[in-house]
Amino acid sequence: MEVVLEGLQQAFWLILRRDPAVVEITLRTLQVSGTATLISLLLGVPLGTALALGRFPGRRLVVSLVNTGMGLPPVVVGLFVALMLWRSGPLGRLGLIYTPLAMVIAQAVIAAPIVAGVSLAAIQQLDPRLHLQLLGLGASRGQLVLVLWWEARRSLMAAAMAGFGGAISEVGASMMVGGNIVGQTRVLTTATVLETSKGNFDLAMALGLILLLLAYLVTLAMTWLQQSGRTG
Amino acid sequence: MSKPVLSLRDVRVEYGGRSVLEVPALDVCSGEVLAVIGPNGAGKSTLLQVMAGLRSPGAGVLRFRGQTVRPGDLGYRRRIALVLQDPMLLDASVLTNVTLGLRFRRWPRRKAVGRAMGWLERLGVAHLAHRSARTLSGGEAQRVSLARALVLEPELLLLDEPFSALDAPTRVALLDDLQGLLRETRTTTVFVTHDQDEALRLGDRIAVLLGGRLRQLDVPERVFAAPADAEVAAFVGMETILTGRVVAVENGMALVQVGSQRVEVPVTAGMRPAGPEPVPPLQEGSEVLLGIRPEDVTLAPGETPLLPSSARNRFRGRVTRVVPQGRLYHVTVACGFPLVAVVTPRSVRELALREGREVVVAFKATAVHVIRR
Repeated sequence: MEVVLEGLQQAFWLILRRDPAVVEITLRTLQVSGTATLISLLLGVPLGTALALGRFPGRRLVVSLVNTGMGLPPVVVGLFVALMLWRSGPLGRLGLIYTPLAMVIAQAVIAAPIVAGVSLAAIQQLDPRLHLQLLGLGASRGQLVLVLWWEARRSLMAAAMAGFGGAISEVGASMMVGGNIVGQTRVLTTATVLETSKGNFDLAMALGLILLLLAYLVTLAMTWLQQSGRTG
Repeated sequence: MSKPVLSLRDVRVEYGGRSVLEVPALDVCSGEVLAVIGPNGAGKSTLLQVMAGLRSPGAGVLRFRGQTVRPGDLGYRRRIALVLQDPMLLDASVLTNVTLGLRFRRWPRRKAVGRAMGWLERLGVAHLAHRSARTLSGGEAQRVSLARALVLEPELLLLDEPFSALDAPTRVALLDDLQGLLRETRTTTVFVTHDQDEALRLGDRIAVLLGGRLRQLDVPERVFAAPADAEVAAFVGMETILTGRVVAVENGMALVQVGSQRVEVPVTAGMRPAGPEPVPPLQEGSEVLLGIRPEDVTLAPGETPLLPSSARNRFRGRVTRVVPQGRLYHVTVACGFPLVAVVTPRSVRELALREGREVVVAFKATAVHVIRR
């Protein structure tokens, strides 16, 4: 219990003091996971929409792969991305291993299926007669998709929150492809693991609390957007 | 008849190997309201989707002003508008909903809003413009849905049972307004319904669709008075359709001059029992269509004196035709106008019904369906 209280105390202290190392780690976490979420949205929402609206052979197979991907073990993603980016790997020449960009890629790979899966469900649960109605009012394919996204905006926001949650909470892949290098690739999760392994439970607690607070604040902002203008 | 706006030739739609729609030829003429009637599952919605270019017929062609329409043709879809049974409004303001089609057509926002407000006004819902569409009642939502289609000033308006989800008073009021707007704008319209009264009310011509086949296409009077076949007759039911003029109104009853006779009807005999909200009553001088179902007409021997009775309409006449239909007989009587009654074989025997036989026909004032034109 003492550890918990000390951790809380230290967390407040670190936040109040704006400890430069902690601020830097926090900002990097936000940057890496934010970028990864953005990329996962750019990939996942169109993929989910295409799967919801499209009729093509093998669609069910792709849907089952996406659904499996929603529970993709981060360590496996980390291993795969690491192998690809390894200096002797297929993309080794890009020199991305142990950089924040490598972490962005790994986290986006983890978040994209989550976003795609939730988007697929979101678009699919819209009334199919809405498509007929919109086409019957003269919508092009592109306009149809934009209006469907508008109608499903709350569910798509949930997709973004789920994707962000998957990205920011992930540690295994970030560790493997980022390397937890001080001042370069250390983020809140990897720092927490490190401090715990060193026995610095109070600092680990502090970092953990900051992580929770950060995840909460970002989700709160998205929830606020999601619920605004809601009636009935 | 004016030039066809839309024409279908040899259209066939199959679903799961079964033919669900077969239309050898169907023309929608400029400025007309074509009512498509048929029971549920008759293929009415399929026909409308084909007409909207949203469903490709397996065979046949769809031509719009002489040009072949390919399924999904965006240019064509932007010249027409579709209204469905459920309003399908977006989760946005009423105004955003009504400007939707114009924004699809890349209208500048300000211009679109101006035009949308005009149409909301004409449909009596301008005061709802800034409300969320989610907060509207069923009738309000359907008005907004109609405004969203009419604002496009489409060359062809397609309506798929737009009133069937509404309660009777709401439906009657909306039907009145739509009739006025269509007449004023002369919008070429295809109106799908399973409700014969609605079809009679709005349709310049009626197409009867049964089992995916186009069975009859004619003016309402002939569809109802001379059904193409027994199935159409069974579906339309109302075999006597009369044109008349209201000559007097007193004590809640209207006297309608039909041929050489006067038919008594309640002034509130609108198209349907209209619930608590009264249908605008009939007025002297208005032209009306009267519909009488054959099962509502009773026959008595010609010798019967015309005693007072609860059947307000009693006329002497002469049988002109006796036609067996199924297990019943359809008897046409000339009593100043042609009136059809349906009777059992036993009545035919006992009343000795045959051509030339003198009879007394009777039907209650409340059995008369009044369709204001």
